[in-house]
Amino acid sequence: MSTALAFRNLTLGYDRHPAVHHLETEIAEGSLTAVVGPNGAGKSTLLKGVTGVLSPLDGEVDFGAMSRDDIAYLPQQSDIDRAFPLSVVDLVAMGLWREIGSFGWLGSARRSRINAAIAAVGLTGFEDRPIGTLSGGQLQRTLFARLLLQDARLVLLDEPFTAVDTRTMADLIEVVHRWHGEGRTIIVVLHDHDIVREHFPETIMLARELVAHGPTENVLTVENQFRARQMCEACDGPPHVCGRDAA
Amino acid sequence: MIWDLVVQPFADFGFMRRALLGCIAIAIGATPVGVFLMLRRMSLTGDAMAHAILPGAAIGYLVAGLSLGAMTTGGLIAGMAVALLSGLVTRVTALREDASLAAFYLISLALGVLIVSTRGSNVDLMHVLFGTVLALDDAALILLCTITSLSVLILAVMFRPLVLECADPQFLRSVSGLSAVTHFIFLALVVLNLVGGFHALGTLMAVGIMILPAAAARFFAVNVGGLIFVAALLAIVSGFCGLLMSYYFSLPSGPAIILVAGIAYGLALVFGPVGGLVSKVLPRPHFES
Repeated sequence: MSTALAFRNLTLGYDRHPAVHHLETEIAEGSLTAVVGPNGAGKSTLLKGVTGVLSPLDGEVDFGAMSRDDIAYLPQQSDIDRAFPLSVVDLVAMGLWREIGSFGWLGSARRSRINAAIAAVGLTGFEDRPIGTLSGGQLQRTLFARLLLQDARLVLLDEPFTAVDTRTMADLIEVVHRWHGEGRTIIVVLHDHDIVREHFPETIMLARELVAHGPTENVLTVENQFRARQMCEACDGPPHVCGRDAA
Repeated sequence: MIWDLVVQPFADFGFMRRALLGCIAIAIGATPVGVFLMLRRMSLTGDAMAHAILPGAAIGYLVAGLSLGAMTTGGLIAGMAVALLSGLVTRVTALREDASLAAFYLISLALGVLIVSTRGSNVDLMHVLFGTVLALDDAALILLCTITSLSVLILAVMFRPLVLECADPQFLRSVSGLSAVTHFIFLALVVLNLVGGFHALGTLMAVGIMILPAAAARFFAVNVGGLIFVAALLAIVSGFCGLLMSYYFSLPSGPAIILVAGIAYGLALVFGPVGGLVSKVLPRPHFES
């Protein structure tokens, strides 16, 4: 299998403090990978590094044959202004941005794709509801519909199932599996190890540094989890300049 | 009878017709900008920008007297400078947009007041602050209509990115590089419309016709298109009624127009079907699902 994404000695952080430290690993094309680790392990930071929101302090993200334009990203906390007068269908339609840009006509073909995406996340009948009236789970379904339309080769989801009920989660995982079946590369930050074991073939465990990356059953071991906790606690202390060689 | 009262002033006097045309132009150009200011929670930014324009207009006045071109150019330069500098400071340093904008507009305002008070007379200051809607000449009308046309055109071109920049800026940044451009062009539109507005209504009153109808429209419309339509309509009606009030009761026209817009806002606040006071007190029965 070819490589979709390679992290080469990647260090990401805030104000010189690394949140992801000298990460060196590769994500295979078409893989379905969970990213796990304690709070503060750098999981969300890693996704921000991939999208380019955060520039590396050191090292790089190698996209190979892909580019940043192939990414669809669902942040942990979206800064959507829910008081803004937009309807569900408006928000979902924005997923077509790369096709239609500022002026492109929607047309009936695209409209039916929008409706299909809304149906795929189980929101048929909610098309004209203002986004301000949606529940947390309904908004998350709406955002998944938008991701569906983005039709991206690389899908990044940051804790997409927090604060949604089991039924919604099952529906959204269904969407993730569908993407996986279509050969897209998917990286999902998750906390619930049961969900990871059940649905994700690959896992990356982070504790600022890479703890383990491989088939989920090899990564989610008691020893690795213990090591991850220790590594996260170990790096709390007075700051000093990292002495590791950049190469 | 009422028809005569309402139409006669405009039929009899050219200056009333010119004033009405000016008001309609400002209403159509400024209210969509005001709607977006309100939706982006930047309603007070309009006010800050209006103050920022003052020194430019004052310097234009110093150089060339009460000249349309000089004061317009000066106002545009001062407004754009404040918009760009504050935007730059926000993106480059740790300071947030509200603080950096406040800093620059206060400096600009102090400079403007200094210039006006040392060199101009009180009458000139009143012109800049309250405008001269009843004395719009051809050049001023052409300027107002040009600004309105330009503003509506630019807004149409950037409508989709602007909506997205307001509703979900993170997403816009992830799919397009237009985020920063959209923000600056929008601020430029605010400045442009305020500069157009100050010839007719004065720097301070121009903000009123931008924001008050937009705020009132919030109680009637549930989507962006509806908001813009209702706001523009309210602004035009305010201009019309304000001019009539100013004609019959010899009131200064700028404040009269804004006060009518204020009355419209008050009525919307109470009777507006979308979240107005009456609809809160007397809720309609809820749906099954």
